[in-house]
Amino acid sequence: MTTPVTTGRRRLLAVPAVLALALTAACSNSSSSGGGSGSSAAALTGDCAKYQAYAGHSGTKVSMYASILAPESDSLEKSWADFSSCTGIKIDYEGSNDFESQLPVRVAGGNAPDLAIIPQPGLLAQMVKSGKVVKPPQQTVDQENKWSPIWKTYGSVNGTFYAAPMSANMKSLVWYSPKAFKAAGYEVPKTWADLMALSDKIARAGAMKPWCGGIGSGTATGWPATDWLEEVVLGSYGGDVYDQWVSHKVKFSDEKITTAMKTVADWMQNPAWVNAGFGDVKSIATTTFQDAGTPILQNKCGMLQQASFYRAQWPKGTDIGPDGDIFAFRLPAVNPQVTSPVEGGGEFAAAFSDRPEVQAVQNYLSSSDWASSRVKVSPGWVSANQGVDKSLYTDPIDKLSADALTDPAATFRFDGSDLMPAAIGAGAEWKALTAWFAEGQSIQKTAADIDAAWPQ
Amino acid sequence: MPTDTRLAGPALHLADSLWQDAAVKFGNTAGAVLGFVGLLLAVFFAAGRATGRFSRPLAIVLMLGPAIVLLLTGLVVPLLRTVVLSFLDADSAKFVGGKNYGWALTSSPIHGVLLNTLLWLVIAPLAATGLGLALALMVDRMRGQAIYKSLIFMPMAVSLVAASIVFKLVYESRGAGQNQVGLLSQLAVALGWDDPPNWILSQPLNNFLLMAVLVWVQTGFAMVVLSAAIKAIPDEITEAARLDGATGLRLFRHVTVPMIRTTLVVVLTTIMIITLKAFDIVRTMTGGNFGTQVLANEMYSQSFEQYNYGRGSALAVILFLAVAPLVVYNIALLRKERATR
Repeated sequence: MTTPVTTGRRRLLAVPAVLALALTAACSNSSSSGGGSGSSAAALTGDCAKYQAYAGHSGTKVSMYASILAPESDSLEKSWADFSSCTGIKIDYEGSNDFESQLPVRVAGGNAPDLAIIPQPGLLAQMVKSGKVVKPPQQTVDQENKWSPIWKTYGSVNGTFYAAPMSANMKSLVWYSPKAFKAAGYEVPKTWADLMALSDKIARAGAMKPWCGGIGSGTATGWPATDWLEEVVLGSYGGDVYDQWVSHKVKFSDEKITTAMKTVADWMQNPAWVNAGFGDVKSIATTTFQDAGTPILQNKCGMLQQASFYRAQWPKGTDIGPDGDIFAFRLPAVNPQVTSPVEGGGEFAAAFSDRPEVQAVQNYLSSSDWASSRVKVSPGWVSANQGVDKSLYTDPIDKLSADALTDPAATFRFDGSDLMPAAIGAGAEWKALTAWFAEGQSIQKTAADIDAAWPQ
Repeated sequence: MPTDTRLAGPALHLADSLWQDAAVKFGNTAGAVLGFVGLLLAVFFAAGRATGRFSRPLAIVLMLGPAIVLLLTGLVVPLLRTVVLSFLDADSAKFVGGKNYGWALTSSPIHGVLLNTLLWLVIAPLAATGLGLALALMVDRMRGQAIYKSLIFMPMAVSLVAASIVFKLVYESRGAGQNQVGLLSQLAVALGWDDPPNWILSQPLNNFLLMAVLVWVQTGFAMVVLSAAIKAIPDEITEAARLDGATGLRLFRHVTVPMIRTTLVVVLTTIMIITLKAFDIVRTMTGGNFGTQVLANEMYSQSFEQYNYGRGSALAVILFLAVAPLVVYNIALLRKERATR
């Protein structure tokens, strides 16, 4: 009842707001062109010279909408601050934690931002279907050669390239405590067989359980479990089967996928192996993914499979590094025939306007220069752009992730649940895998439930 | 050295744009308010000067106009649009007839959702109202009732989301042999139950544990309203009943309850309406997992997480049809009460 009233009132206020805008626009315009580099034809000099390619749009404004909130968004704004002050293009950034549900509403309502940073290729495809996304300028397309070719397909819909990747994260990591491993004489496993043998060894030693896990995440509960399944599918069968699975040519009830589910069950649903500090196997469903790693610091569990962004969950002051309290190793392939599988995620900048200043920002954000600028601002951010100098990464986890993400030999695939239709990737798969963990539901029923929900 | 200038540049720039932003926003707000007031003044001035046979129709349009415009844009149009969307496919592009309703009424996960919603609808309002009534009767006889009433009423001031987070911590569970961090588990252990279950996973108990949150929040409301109604019963009536020999339970059943019947029903239906719309509790505590999903949350999930506007709208229409009779009944009852007074 409250929302309709507010919308109504907002509409009533719209007329005077426009008036007010007209009044204030005068002063805001004058101040920004005063701070900019002056006339558009002038060549940029000194520190600004490197932005010459983007010059000529001084005094313009580009609106950007994304799901990234402070303090992460502050780092973003800092990363393009020089670009803005040199070119005079102001980037109006707006972050929202309702981004995924609000973007379609805003686009349908004719209120689309100039640029949106979209973390799911599935949502990008939906936006393209609305017909409002415009194709990127040629320079952005050309700069795509700095990414491994598969990234371009994730920014494309039906073969047409729309959105260039911005950040990337690495999901195929296992967090552990180098100190605890050293004290117990454990070695970082290189193969899946080694990993399973190590798990068994830790369980038998009895001091701690080998694995911790948590798939709780509010309404998104279940997503870490989809990651586990994706890792195993990719690591067992390689990229082709993974691609077919994601597009439902291989169904969940296919023997390949149910076998992968069995592998996950032997690993994360093994009562002797999980979930010290929280409870039994079922407690994985009620443990939030944020909390899941804490028992590692208390030497209650050995390992946690989580993405590179889990770095932010460790308490302040935790020594993260190859000899520290916490570090990570790459999850080995289930099948040694698959060469270094890397599952990851990322964000894509899609444009809803082809104004020249929007294209200038698009070109800049898809360049190695911008990626390097963002890397320099603060750690915890990685680009899959091969043009970024690796020595810029100061954090060992960032370095590890960047190495994996830019490795030309790796089998990189995007997070499958972000590629599947939202009804599956943000609905049925989360729900069914959660029931699989929480209610001990059978693999057959879990797979059948997801297949049944796949949109026709 | 170059690092220094780079750091100083962006920082200054950020501060600048921040002030500019704030100034623009403040200007917008002030301009909007002034413009609105000015518009109103102009309209009222014009209306005040109107005379003759236009004055009355003009007054009606001016007085009713804003309310009608708000109702149309805020309620009627969205309602019609939702009904239309519910007959279209996921992208609102193709007409699919009653397919979405067919899905809502026949698919087995939605059966569980409807059953849960029904459970909520029956149990939570009855529990909250019953508890509120009992507390009203008891607290009214105690000394310092204002303090007790304020304490019991206080959860009303807590948002359902905050209350859910509090209760989520209460229901937190740890495995056997570990320190329990949740209040409920710790109580169970103190009472000698070594390995209490993971409460939030225990079906169907978890549904009732979720309802407890709504009851905790709404009981205070029921108590305060019912207590006022009880106090409004004329003393003569209770006195007469007492003289006739009615005491205790009989007095309550045959005098108090009939006298506050309308209030009781209004409280009950009000809480029912809140219950039907209550998706914050489920959303916060389980996200609809573990067999606790309800209609309102499923509707949100279908529309805004799975982007199936057809199915989401169909669920919204079903929810609307379920709430509408309650609202109508509630209003009719209030009218009747007003008429008799």
